[in-house]
Amino acid sequence: MFKLKSNLSACSLALAAVFATAPAHAQVSGDVIRIGFITDLSGLYADIDGPAGAEAIRMAVADAGGNVAGKKVEVLVADHQNKPDVAAAKAREWFDTQGVDMLVGGTNSGTNLAMAKVAQEKKRLFISIGAATSALTNEQCSPYTVHYAYDTTALAKGTGNAVVKAGGKTWFFLTADYAFGTQLQTDTTKVVEAAGGKVLGSVRHPLSASDFSSFLLQAQQSKAQILGLANAGGDTINSVKAANEFGITKTMKLAGLLMFINDVHSLGLKATQGMYLTDSWYWNRDAETRAWSRKFFEKFKRMPSSIQAGDYSATLQYLAAVKATGSDDSDKVLAQMKKTKINDVYAKGGWIRDDGTMVHDMYLMQVKSPDKSTEPWDYYNIVETFKGEAAWTTKSETKCATWK
Amino acid sequence: MQVFLSQLMLGLVNGSFYAMLSLGLAVIFGLLGIVNFAHGALYMLGAYAAYIGLERFGINYWVALVVAPIVIGALGVVIERLFLRHLYKIDPIYGLLLTFGLALIAEGVLRYSFGVSGQTYEKPELLSGATDLGFMVLPDYRAWVVVASLVVCLGTWFLIERTRLGATLRAGTENPALVQAFGINVPLMVTLTYAGGAGLAALAGVLAAPVIQVTPLMGSSLIIIVFAVVVIGGMGSILGSIITGLALGLVEGLTKVFYPEASSIVVFVIMAIVLMVRPAGLFGKEA
Repeated sequence: MFKLKSNLSACSLALAAVFATAPAHAQVSGDVIRIGFITDLSGLYADIDGPAGAEAIRMAVADAGGNVAGKKVEVLVADHQNKPDVAAAKAREWFDTQGVDMLVGGTNSGTNLAMAKVAQEKKRLFISIGAATSALTNEQCSPYTVHYAYDTTALAKGTGNAVVKAGGKTWFFLTADYAFGTQLQTDTTKVVEAAGGKVLGSVRHPLSASDFSSFLLQAQQSKAQILGLANAGGDTINSVKAANEFGITKTMKLAGLLMFINDVHSLGLKATQGMYLTDSWYWNRDAETRAWSRKFFEKFKRMPSSIQAGDYSATLQYLAAVKATGSDDSDKVLAQMKKTKINDVYAKGGWIRDDGTMVHDMYLMQVKSPDKSTEPWDYYNIVETFKGEAAWTTKSETKCATWK
Repeated sequence: MQVFLSQLMLGLVNGSFYAMLSLGLAVIFGLLGIVNFAHGALYMLGAYAAYIGLERFGINYWVALVVAPIVIGALGVVIERLFLRHLYKIDPIYGLLLTFGLALIAEGVLRYSFGVSGQTYEKPELLSGATDLGFMVLPDYRAWVVVASLVVCLGTWFLIERTRLGATLRAGTENPALVQAFGINVPLMVTLTYAGGAGLAALAGVLAAPVIQVTPLMGSSLIIIVFAVVVIGGMGSILGSIITGLALGLVEGLTKVFYPEASSIVVFVIMAIVLMVRPAGLFGKEA
């Protein structure tokens, strides 16, 4: 059983703990490259990431050949139940006892901020995919955090600018009453005002509110042209539903500040047509994304969200960097990742900035009307592409100490 | 003033759901002594029964209003016969744990098959319009919810408190041996009571389906509030749960105008105050 380095795949798991500190010749700790993935597997964000996100990571491992630099790649998955303390405890346990080399953070900003702190303390690479908060690369940036897919700044710049440009000058916000919602509202307000728009008011609703009609009536009484939805998931879905039911969509236009394709799918095109939204990726963007998405579809009977595509891409890029350096040391791998342009099914010409942001194009999309949709999941027209750094926090705006 | 009236109206709509759900809970607790934590799950299953009925079998809304409660009521029979039956004589905590477990299983199964984003259930054609009340535009469907729920609530109250059948039911739980001696099948009566409570939850689920997204988690987000309603009204008090349900809907609606951030906790603040001042609840009998 303890014959070193022979038949690694069979006993690597048992050996990992024993040899975690032994010098291995390929500089891969524990002779196995271990990727941890902590996300919401069962709660309100489980559809946009969740078990299918874990599968996207496994798809990337398989596409990288299952072995990298001669070492086996393993994926650990855990549910954080949307609780930051659960996420942080799991991350700590994995770094300390399981020899996890790189941690992927799924949905929920609160849990990701907590995991980023643990990763920084343990000096391991943390790639956040599903979190929206721009604090990860701003006030709370860390040399070990990469924020990969999107953030509240990019969402605000995308949708905020486009809607004001299209004539939506006066805004009212319906905001989820926690860190993410208020941050998204603040970021969007800045963008709207800079573009010459005006914010007439806002109402904060509790997370997972059971009924939105009374908040929506308050919005309607503001006489604003645009209703900005600074919430997510089920809250966004129920807001849109109630807005349609109470005829608010006749007098106000809705702007979903964070909407995923799963939300649109769930609501249907009839209720969402004409809405603007900003996202980092769309499965129906080009031939390459379509081909990859169809593979994903075969497994899950639904098209991948931008987050799931991000899970795949981040894993692929990480493994490529491990291969190039022949090491799973976080400092070396991250330096390699920062040197390399990211070109895959998710991003074209992306790069990782010193604040941790993975800079890539963002897309402003408009939801199609039912008669324009030619197949299931064909939901968006790409209205505008924000190239390169256009969507992201600028150097003059940032409060991140490592990017000054 | 307009704002005030329209928010009261919306509060009444939400209060109707609270009333219907807490009514079922109160009936089950009052007559069986079971703290039915599966109530939220039964409500969710009712909504899914309507959804699946429409998608797979083409059963329309009006038929679903009748069929879904019957199907879920039958499920209630199974739950009572298989599980709850064995728990009447022991500590109520076991009933609570068991029903909570059942709720988690039901949620898990539906989450596995349908995901968490939920499904959209279209409103019936007949009620898809809206009426201008002067101070607000009220969707017809919401008005229908208020009417339907009031009729069901008062009907249930009347059945249990004012009819011979209801009197037998209450007697059966008070002194089963004596009632059995009169030749009445008490175990069957208890089974049907639980089925009835389950059916009421399912009916509320069907009524809610067109208004909110049908998701596996829709029950768990409501059940805690409904429990608070029952505690405030007085455990087991039927009229109490109806009145409290409607009243709390109104209070919550007004909170949404004056201090929206507090709207999700106002019910619990009231519960805390009531428990301090009147531990048996507003309509409960002092023990």
